[in-house]
Amino acid sequence: TMSSTADDNDDNGEDRAVLVQFVSETGEEAGPPLQALLGSTVADLKATLDAQLIVQSGDYDDQVIYKFFVDEAEVATSLAVAVDCGQVNERLLRIVYQPQALFRVRPVTRCTSSLPGHSEAVLSAAFSPDSRNLASGSGDAAVRFWDLSTETPLHECRGHKHWVLCIAWSPDGRRLASACKRGQICLWCPDTGKQIGRPLARHTQWVTSLAWRPLHLDSECRLLASASKDCTVILWDTIVGQVSRVISGHEQAVTQVRWGGTDLLYTGSRDRTVRVWRADDGALCRTLQQHAHWVNTLALSTDYAMRLGANEPGKPAPEIGAPRTELCERARRVYEAARRDQPERLVSGSDDFTLTLWTPETDKRPVARLTGHLQLVNDVRFSPDGRLLASASFDKSVRLWDGRTGKFLATLLGHVGRVYQVAWSADSRLLVSSSADSTLKLWDIGAAGGKNRLKPVNDLPGHADEVYAVDWSPDGQKVASGGKDRELKLWRN
Amino acid sequence: PQNEHIELHRKRHGRRFDHDEKQRKKEARQGRLRSKKARTLRGLKAKLYNKERHKEKVQMKKTLRAHDQRDTRQRADDQEVPEGAKPVYLLDREDQTRAKVLSNMLKQKRKEKAGKCDVPIPKVRATSEAEAFRALRSGKSKRKAWKRMVTKVTFVPDGFTRKPPKYERFIRPTGLRFKVAHVTHPELKATFQLPLLGVKKNPTSSLYTSLGIITKGTVIEVNVSDLGLVTQSGKVVWGKYAQVTNCPENDGCINAVLLV
Repeated sequence: TMSSTADDNDDNGEDRAVLVQFVSETGEEAGPPLQALLGSTVADLKATLDAQLIVQSGDYDDQVIYKFFVDEAEVATSLAVAVDCGQVNERLLRIVYQPQALFRVRPVTRCTSSLPGHSEAVLSAAFSPDSRNLASGSGDAAVRFWDLSTETPLHECRGHKHWVLCIAWSPDGRRLASACKRGQICLWCPDTGKQIGRPLARHTQWVTSLAWRPLHLDSECRLLASASKDCTVILWDTIVGQVSRVISGHEQAVTQVRWGGTDLLYTGSRDRTVRVWRADDGALCRTLQQHAHWVNTLALSTDYAMRLGANEPGKPAPEIGAPRTELCERARRVYEAARRDQPERLVSGSDDFTLTLWTPETDKRPVARLTGHLQLVNDVRFSPDGRLLASASFDKSVRLWDGRTGKFLATLLGHVGRVYQVAWSADSRLLVSSSADSTLKLWDIGAAGGKNRLKPVNDLPGHADEVYAVDWSPDGQKVASGGKDRELKLWRN
Repeated sequence: PQNEHIELHRKRHGRRFDHDEKQRKKEARQGRLRSKKARTLRGLKAKLYNKERHKEKVQMKKTLRAHDQRDTRQRADDQEVPEGAKPVYLLDREDQTRAKVLSNMLKQKRKEKAGKCDVPIPKVRATSEAEAFRALRSGKSKRKAWKRMVTKVTFVPDGFTRKPPKYERFIRPTGLRFKVAHVTHPELKATFQLPLLGVKKNPTSSLYTSLGIITKGTVIEVNVSDLGLVTQSGKVVWGKYAQVTNCPENDGCINAVLLV
């Protein structure tokens, strides 16, 4: 045991050497244990790790930024601060290293334009995967495309007869699917603003969610899944314009559908179950039962990667005329990088105030049950690197959880009304949340440093009424938000 | 058999030549005759007849309206887009206006101060002692009538042992003892069969509560661990209150609504 009096005793100082072992997040060791100084900073640790990785694999990327964790505590400034100095003498310190995104997204601070145009509340807004286009659906039954370089309206597309509830870009960014409250789905071309084909009508009640087949499975973006209140999920062949398959089995309204990277469909429903289906023959694989009330949202750890399609985050988008096979190959690489050889994780958020973490490809028992919210959970999103999870709830807070184990990390307090949606920036460091109190709030997760109650970095007021939809462009430049005041606002740094 | 001669005659000889016309004219007269009857009847007969006629008129109106809607169904597509657009996650949710939220908060505070609870059936008819108990005669010559047998459904806890029969004043027959209740969740509209944990309060009197008598409006405690509800801190909720909504002694089962 060390004496507490700090003399000029080398043993108490920061020049002590300790035995460290670098371990990756999946548990693989980077090399044999090394000696490191207790006072080493993040830069020193990176240099040591790089040296080890050169020996191991022969090449290394100098540009990679790492975050280091000792016993679940982040090493923010130096190793000494993160570790309890008294007990470190004989122990081998296992340091987990996480590579972070290379590019940095700058926090958005100002509203550059308010785009009027819709005559009723804006219900959904989405950037295309290559960040070139922005589309919004609203309660006046119109879908609008907006020109991002001039920040003005581009096309107004009329074809629906009721509120446009959800929109979804195809992973190659060439088509937009929109669904309305009457159960019709229309496909639009963003360049001309014209409808492609005829409206797809088979649902008898409103469509709650749309999901395209990922690009790495389907290079022509043929299949689209739509979930509806009439308890069915329909797979559409969008090129021919017909129903490919009807998947029924839920006993109540299906609230969300997600297309997984291994061609499995995940559906969450108001009958309190989440079901896993095989997309090629529509067979039920698993029923995941845990929740005590409606399942409102679903999120997959590889969601962001599959949304991007062939666009790699931080790198320039592929050329417009690139052949489909090349796009498919790039999409596959993006997907594999996001997946990192682990099974996909699914999170379901429910009206019973809890979330549940599953690995639906392998097990039907949940990995973890995430409790803590005081009101129903409305939106759940994995960070783009899949390590963090953010959940927005009607109890005016956003909670952060660890994406792999489900451990609670932090509560983001600041909103004074229900929080409706959250959107991550492409480097997983920033989070923006929209709320019924008509503000958006920006949170800095990368600089959190282990605190468990965070305040917003930036308050983005400006909307006149509840903000229903928010989206961050994949290139990290802009945030788009729309709500009940019928205006779409674009925010930039 | 006596009554087939008419049919036999019809089969053998057919009907009168003007039968169809006479039938048609008779039916045409019915409208006039019925309205005359309605106008001239008096007294109790009139009341009953008018009641029947009103019911028929209402039904006829409904069918006519249904036919109208069927004929004009094409026009439903041209209906205007309604106002009040809501995103998907807010559909099917009751959205209170902000003024209502504040007034509800005030009302809730006042109620909590007054000690009143929010139950689905607030006022229940009290069951009298004559209704709930039946006097049993005991003693060698069956003159003593101090024992009472409960005629309503009861719940006895596990490990319950009767008092010695000589001193037992209230007898709860085993045929009327229940262990499970059919509990409906009011929001999910789903019914589950859940084991009973106890009787929390019988609105008639505390004597009934202590005896475990279950009548309509009684608040009971049920074991909800099957439903998988969780508290904020992550502990599993295993007991919740429910209020009985039927008369179990008449139906043979206990139906209750969960108090969430």
